Amino acid sequence: MKELTTISTIDTDDADALAGRRYTFPEEGPLRVALMGGMGLFSVLALWQALCMVLGIPEYLVPSPVAVLGAVRDDWSILVSAAGPTIVEAGLGFLLGNTVAIIVAVCFVYNKLIEEMYFPVAILIKTIPIVAIAPVLKIILGNGIEPKVVVAALICFFPTLVNAVRGLRAVNPNLLELMHVLSASKFEVFRHVRFFSATPYIFSALKVSVTMCVLGAIVGEWIGSNKGIGYLLLQSMYDFNAPRLFATILTASTIAITGFAIVSVVEKRIIRWNPGETF
Amino acid sequence: MTQSAALQAAPREAGATAPAISLKDINVTFGSRRRPVEAIHDVSLDIREGEFLTLIGHSGCGKSTLLRVIADIIAPTRGSVRMFGQPPVAARTSRAFSMVFQQSVLMPWATVLENVTLPFRVGPQADAPSMDPMDALRLVELDGFADARPAELSGGMRQRVAIARALVTRPRVLLMDEPFGALDELVRDTLNVELLRIWKQTGMTVVFVTHSLHEAVFMSQRVVAMSRRPSRIGGVLDVALPDERTLELKDAPELGAQVARLRAMLDAG
Repeated sequence: MKELTTISTIDTDDADALAGRRYTFPEEGPLRVALMGGMGLFSVLALWQALCMVLGIPEYLVPSPVAVLGAVRDDWSILVSAAGPTIVEAGLGFLLGNTVAIIVAVCFVYNKLIEEMYFPVAILIKTIPIVAIAPVLKIILGNGIEPKVVVAALICFFPTLVNAVRGLRAVNPNLLELMHVLSASKFEVFRHVRFFSATPYIFSALKVSVTMCVLGAIVGEWIGSNKGIGYLLLQSMYDFNAPRLFATILTASTIAITGFAIVSVVEKRIIRWNPGETF
Repeated sequence: MTQSAALQAAPREAGATAPAISLKDINVTFGSRRRPVEAIHDVSLDIREGEFLTLIGHSGCGKSTLLRVIADIIAPTRGSVRMFGQPPVAARTSRAFSMVFQQSVLMPWATVLENVTLPFRVGPQADAPSMDPMDALRLVELDGFADARPAELSGGMRQRVAIARALVTRPRVLLMDEPFGALDELVRDTLNVELLRIWKQTGMTVVFVTHSLHEAVFMSQRVVAMSRRPSRIGGVLDVALPDERTLELKDAPELGAQVARLRAMLDAG
């Protein structure tokens, strides 16, 4: 047996040599990350497909990956038209929530009293489950885009607030001393030092909130909408259309991943220094 | 404008005999009222205009604290500071002095040129005299690195950028808090010589803090030895060395003799 394996190895080696090529797998780098991740994903999908086939699970319970792909192809226009409103709601919520969070963070850092009074309020809001706030917002804001945007904004708000406060405080104290010697005003210290010190912290929060805001928009759509990803999820569930349900989930994660990629690219372009370094 | 005129410090209206910096009975006490820690005790000192003066002492002796009192970073508990007759706040807002720290304190997100021009973008601008930032970089021999970022530079180069940033406002006084303390000895030697060259060219008053006896003697016209906490002036050494200081002098026996005198002063304190 041992001999046999040895011989077969030599055989394949020879075959490669004869073909005049060598398979080289990258040792490191982004290509390797993509390849390994892709292989992992593929193995899970293959197992899923195999289980569906072997166990004979009916498609209306758990669709196989091939069935989901079929639904993506067949329902392409439905998925795209559902993605539109959700992207708009999530995007507006992302802008609103993060803008307000950064403004509040600046107020907190520059006014101790405001922080002492309103940071507990912010924590209180954070502790209320977002699904519990959504119906309230529907009553207040109606059936339009507004409650969805606000739910998405609320979900973005807290992580960015906490990180921005931390970032605005994480200033090299030597730089503050230098700015004092240069007689810089508070605004100039913010504009030239605090702002830049905070950006790496803010971006790590944005990368979290860009995926969370999609969730917020979907929750907003659940409590009252006749379009969007959230609506399509519920509709597919009522229709027992499991392949379309899975295809809708896939669309939602595609939106979130695309958002994450955009924020990461912007981050790379803006933060061109190593945030851990101080000179 | 000729090169040497461009490097001259601001026109001085004070008389030649008036001190550039005058410290009277400076006391600094840190800590709470219950457990006060006296850092500086009754220090009085006049620093002449155009002088290179070094404060030296054991670590934690309060020499940096004294420099920070002059720079209006720390307010003295008692006593008065005058720079060209002005209180420290006025001296600071009129950009009468610049400060160089032990760290280069550069903004890592900004280029070398942006770091050097920071003093122009913050604080009261008024009619303060200034230097072309490229001239300042040329002075520290970094004019080829205007667009580099601090991370691309060595420690010594970063400290040169910090010096250029200090010089760009044409200060009459340069306060330096162990500026070369974080550098290795070879780089420190080079920068010592360069700083002396710049000091000669600009005619600034330099107040230098170090804990290196050799550096203190090599650089200065006068060295103020400070005693241990609470800090007071243990002695003042008039450095008996020629005005022209070259690197060879660092190993010369004359310098060694001065170092020995300074060491005796510090041990007595």
